[in-house]
Amino acid sequence: MNRYNRHIILSDIGQKGQDKINNARVLVVGAGGLGCPVLQYLAAAGVGTLGIIDFDIVEESNLQRQVLFGTSSLGENKAIAAKKRLQDLNCKIKIIAYAEKLTYQNALQLFEEYDIILDGSDNFETRYLVNDASIIVNKPLVFGAIYKFEGQVSVFNYENGPSYRCLFPNPPKKDSVPNCSQIGVLGVLPGIIGCMQANEALKIILGIGKTLSGKLFCYNALTLQNSTLTIKRSGSEINKVLKNKSDFSKRQMNVICEIPVQTISMKDALNKENVQFIDVREFDEVPKVNDLKTTSIPLSQLENKLEKIDANKDKVLFCQSGIRSQKAVSMLQKLNIKHCYSLNEGVSEIIKCLNENKTTTHVR
Amino acid sequence: MIVNIKYLGQIAEATQKIEESLECSESSISELLERLTVKYPDLKTKDFKVAQNQKLVDNDTKLTGQEIAILPPFAGG
Repeated sequence: MNRYNRHIILSDIGQKGQDKINNARVLVVGAGGLGCPVLQYLAAAGVGTLGIIDFDIVEESNLQRQVLFGTSSLGENKAIAAKKRLQDLNCKIKIIAYAEKLTYQNALQLFEEYDIILDGSDNFETRYLVNDASIIVNKPLVFGAIYKFEGQVSVFNYENGPSYRCLFPNPPKKDSVPNCSQIGVLGVLPGIIGCMQANEALKIILGIGKTLSGKLFCYNALTLQNSTLTIKRSGSEINKVLKNKSDFSKRQMNVICEIPVQTISMKDALNKENVQFIDVREFDEVPKVNDLKTTSIPLSQLENKLEKIDANKDKVLFCQSGIRSQKAVSMLQKLNIKHCYSLNEGVSEIIKCLNENKTTTHVR
Repeated sequence: MIVNIKYLGQIAEATQKIEESLECSESSISELLERLTVKYPDLKTKDFKVAQNQKLVDNDTKLTGQEIAILPPFAGG
């Protein structure tokens, strides 16, 4: 039985429609509350290429609503953790994880690679960046945003329709609108709004039904009241963005979020193909690790010994207990050195894991 | 005329209610907003857009509607 049978037997979709889905390329900005349900349904539907961009890591307080992640994903980058789960859900599609921040520098090139952009970000700066980049590269943008028990959904920049700036021309005063981490959110709400975004994306891909282009759908989970409001296209707002096109990639983000430190277990570290293990303890600290190739760079000397770090490898940093290695990763990240992980429990975890491997090998 | 006003998101926090009906003699949206800002001073600190009869409108639009919605932007995801 075909995986997509239940789509194909719908006369409005059929094999032809399913082929469109299989050939579609969709980029999801943010693998959080909205991104998770969006990704889950688009992957299941068979969207041929799914891009996921998120620099953040999975925290325990995310699990209440970010349904692609489990306890085993804690500490892992969200784009990478989401890809793992989704590849199991549908191994037939191509999933590309970008474990980085969306910026004015990388947005245009990235958006060019996709047919549709879905915004699941959690701050205004990124939302305006996503909107403007979509206008510049002329891609439809499926917008979703939430606040406590309420959500908004729309389709922007599609078939000559309005953009987010036609609705709200400029970002609100800084700090006047709190986000989920400051005020909380009903866990199921991003599920509802995210599924609506996935639905809009599929209608655009299939060319069926009526999209929310030119409309803002407002939903209240407590009262179940909803309204669909008409948004007028503002040519002048859109032209302003296009006029500043050449300066776009020179702009800088105002809010500099510190990139959180990714932690890793020894088991996952050993599964990586190209890894450099870096011991950030002082030279005289014991126990030493004998059965594994490690590079020793004490934290106190790290910034002066950057030449010892292999740019082409994933770097797993460890210390005695996992605290100094976190500091070291954060230090390297600030120097723009990517793919660094802090080993959860330090050297004892390495020794334990290597011994276990030895025993298993021996028994076999 | 009686106008039914809905307050969405953070706006409902400034007004402490999600909707109300008001007898209005104001001729434009901005006049109505002036009155609401006197009634609910916290509105001054909020960013929002107004919809009249399900259409998002500019503040200089004539007040004709039976239904007004005042909605803020949401950032959450």
